[in-house]
Order: sequence, then structure tokens, then C-alpha cells
Amino acid sequence: MFEGVVQDLIDELGRLPGIGPKSAQRIAFHLVQSDPVDVQRLITAMQEVTRKVRFCEVCGNVSEEERCRICRDPRRDPSILCVVEEPKDVVAIEKTREFRGRYHVLGGAISPIEGIGPDDLRIKELVGRLSSDEVTEVIIATDPNLEGEATATYLARWLKPMGVRITRLASGLPVGGDLEYADELTLGRAFEGRRLLDV
Amino acid sequence: MHLTHLSLADFRSYEAVEVPLTRGVSTFVGSNGQGKTNLVEAVGYLAHHSSHRVPTDAPLIRRGRERAVVRGSVERAGRTTLIELQIVSGAANRVRVNRSPTTRPRDALGLLRTVLFAPEDLVLVRGEPEGRRRFLDDLLVSRAPRFAGIRSDYDRALRQRNALLRSAAAAQRSGRADLRTLDVWDGHVAASGAELVAGRIHLIRKISPHVLQAYATLSACDAEPRLSYRCTVGEAIGQDGTPSRQELHELLLQGLAAVRRQELERGLTLIGPHRDDLVIGLGDMPAKGFASHGECWSLALALRLAGYELLRADPGPDGDGEPVLILDDVFAELDTGRRARLTELISQADQVLITAAVPQDVPSCLAGASFTVDGGQVLRDA
Repeated sequence: MFEGVVQDLIDELGRLPGIGPKSAQRIAFHLVQSDPVDVQRLITAMQEVTRKVRFCEVCGNVSEEERCRICRDPRRDPSILCVVEEPKDVVAIEKTREFRGRYHVLGGAISPIEGIGPDDLRIKELVGRLSSDEVTEVIIATDPNLEGEATATYLARWLKPMGVRITRLASGLPVGGDLEYADELTLGRAFEGRRLLDV
Repeated sequence: MHLTHLSLADFRSYEAVEVPLTRGVSTFVGSNGQGKTNLVEAVGYLAHHSSHRVPTDAPLIRRGRERAVVRGSVERAGRTTLIELQIVSGAANRVRVNRSPTTRPRDALGLLRTVLFAPEDLVLVRGEPEGRRRFLDDLLVSRAPRFAGIRSDYDRALRQRNALLRSAAAAQRSGRADLRTLDVWDGHVAASGAELVAGRIHLIRKISPHVLQAYATLSACDAEPRLSYRCTVGEAIGQDGTPSRQELHELLLQGLAAVRRQELERGLTLIGPHRDDLVIGLGDMPAKGFASHGECWSLALALRLAGYELLRADPGPDGDGEPVLILDDVFAELDTGRRARLTELISQADQVLITAAVPQDVPSCLAGASFTVDGGQVLRDA
């Protein structure tokens, strides 16, 4: 244990995701020894983030304005919606530069253990967006784990009567990898999801 | 396959110990509390990543230490593999194979196979169903490590479903239950559950003849042991032929739908492989409650030996599937006849590790390396 303020800082840093007690200590001492100007810049960045950032009222992604950059962009195809769990999943998909439609961020996945049910996710908002005729396809891109799959199944059942095409991201082999390194579960999925090779 | 070397650091009572091992029989003799069982427990842990004595890893680490290390060299089909396991309390184990770390500890399962028989195994026959389910599942995982994934998928889906049922039970009393996601969890529980049940029924079919044979050899009596699977979704399932995964999936879904009301009242999943049982009969009677002490011993031993025979017959992708046989303090419990017949059965095994409190417990014809275990030291007798 350190004295007063230093320990307070370590405790606060330790609450952040991915930072254990050792890393928290390291960051704290780095800050103590840093140029006050650098520290002030960090403080300002953190304050700005809490002051300016909010969630897009259409898709739920992080945004500095009422609607996020993607929802404002007229070049994005409004007929395809990609449903993801977290804003960071949007970033991951954007990096592919393959998807030109719009997003819907649920804010998590169904997990009764953590007390997260459908009402805690932005499903009502999704249904609201689908009631306009614009959307023709919903791509469900929740995580390929138990909770993500459960959320996908739930969404598919819920949205089916609305008459839109519902698709799920494929599971399978990583591109550029070796078959031998795939675990048996992934390999099994890849077999299930095999496709016709059309030449 | 056989172990050529075992080394422990901060495991149970051992600070550091190196044990060179050879093919054939090795006996470890020492007074009670000297660490004989700890030694064979470590070998079992190396194979299964869990202890046969305790459900959690904390007791395995020497008092006052943060981690224990178990290291073993396995010779299998002419190749030597070094498996190193670091056991950390409250965190995931770290596993290295031939000095390179594995991404998932599960990848190292199946490299070493062991079949361990200990006095605790009497609960296989006399105890609660939980022990028998674990017997089946451990054997499934030994034969096909993918079952470790299926088991953990099932457990996780079950925990999620139980959490939902509990909160729904509470909400229902206040008149506002949210059951919309229950169907989804039913689907996930049924999918992995069906695979597990299909695997267990198939396994019982494979193991039964071996149990019959081992029991007949051990006990030299007429009553025949019978194994059957008691399935919570239907008593008749698995009686004739192994039902397909699809059939079981359907049955589980129907079963869950049928008991939904009771489940909501109790906040618990009431059917599925986590409530099934392996029923052991002797002649026409159930062994539990009817079999004598000696018969129970023979049955439990027959189950383990059958698992051993099954693994031996299945070389697996690495070749030479014969497990290391471990008999922990077993001979003292057997009468002379059974002792002699067990000796006969195991004399052909590739490697057998035997522990005993006094040398007289081990039949003298089981010649081999003998070790003295005393106060955290393991010394080979001259």
C-alpha cells in the first residue's frame, strides 16, 4: 500500500478493463514522474470524452452529435442493417471496408447470469427501424460464443414475422491460416458451413 | 505408453521431488501420510487436469506457495513428450508441451492417459449419480477430447438457463415473468445435451463387454453386471440401439417443454444429462443397496479396468493408447483370491503404479521397481 493519493490513483486505474494491480501501479508511477503538461493533456482528453461523447440516437454507436458519422453518411446503403453487440464491433467491421450498409448496436448480449435480458438491449429500437420499409436485410453479427448465439437466435425469432431477410455471419476457418491449427470446434463449424465451389 | 520421469514442485506435501520411472510395475511403499497418494494424484492431474480427490485446485498447492508445477515425460509409440503443468490457484493453468506453451490447456489433454483406481471409487457403485456421470464423461474426454468442449458448452448453457429460471420464478411471484428467451436457451441446452447423451450411451455400449469380462475374472462368481443409462427424458432411451443426436435433441426439447411449469416453480432445469445416471446392476438386482462390500469393490474395479481396456484398444491419433494404470492402496482391501486375479490381469500392462502402506500388501510376484516414500522424499530401493 502506498500513501493517500497515489494509492487512490492506483485503485482507480485498477478498475479499468485489462489493467491488473501491477499495471495500475506502473501507470500511476509513470504519471507521477511525467511532465505535468502531458498529464494535463490526458486529463483534458478524458474530460472531453465524458462531456462530448454520447450515443447515436439511431444506431447506438458512440458519436459526438445526435447521429453518428455512419448514420449521417448518405452514401451508406439504408436497406442493409448489421447488428452488433458493442461499438468496438462497428470499428472492426468498418476496417474490412466491405460493408456499405448501416449498423445497429445492441449494447451487449443476452446473459441471464449477468441479469441481461432482451429489455436491457436496444431491441425495441431495432424493431422501430425495421418498421419502415427501407430495410430489406438484417445481418446478425453478434459474437460467436454461447451468449452471442443465443442473442442471434432470439433476434431471428423476433424479427422473422417482419418479413425481412435475416442472415448470420459465417463461422469457419481464419483466412491465411493453416487448417492444422484450427481447433476442432471451428473446424466442425467450417464443415457445417461449407459451400458449393462454383467454377 | 508410459511415464519415464515425473517431477513435482510445491505440489501438496512435496517441495521438490524427481522420480525416474520405468516400464512395468513400480510400487511406492510408505506409512500413511507420507505422500504416496499425492504422487499418483499428480500423475492423474497431468492426464486429466483435475484431481480425483478434490474438486478445486487450491489444496494441490503446497501451503504458503502460489503455484505448483507437475512435469512428466511420456513415451508413446517411440516418441517422448514432455508435459509441464503449472497449477495456479484461482487462475487458469498454464500448460507447456515440449517446452512450448499451448494456447488452450485443453490441447494437452489426451497426451497422457491414465486410469486410476482408488478406495474412493467405491462411491462409483454406492454413491450418488454425480460420481458415475463423471466416470462416463472423463472416459469420453479421454477417448475424444472434443467432449471436453461439449461438456463445458452444456454446463454454461445450463447455468444461463438456470439463472433465467431463477429470476423468472421470482418475477412470476410478482406477476411479471419474462420468458421470451427461455426457448432460446432450451435450444442451446438441448443441442449440447443431445451430443453428451449420445456420447454416453454409445460409451456404455462399448464398455459393457469389458466390464462383464473384468468382473468375471475378478470375482469368479456367476452374477453378471449390467450397465444401463437412465435418461431423464425417457426411461427407454438407449435400451435398444443408440438414438441419433437429432432424435435426442427433439426428445430433450419436448422434455423441457413438458416440465416447464415445475421448472419455473423451482427455478431449476429438471431434465437433461446433468440429472441422468449410469445404473449398475448385478444379475437382476441393482448393485446399489444389494451388492455386498466385496461385490461393490469388484464392480468398481471392473468399471475402471473396463475403461482401461477400452482406451488400450483405441490408439488415438498419436498411436499406443494404452493408459498408465494406477492402483492407489487397492490390494489391502482385497481378499487373497481377488488379489491373485487382479495381479494376473495387470501383469501384462505397459506401466502400473501401485501404492501400499506395507510391502506385504503387494503380491510378491509383481516384481519391479520399488520406491520408499517418506517425509516428502521418494527413494528407489536398492
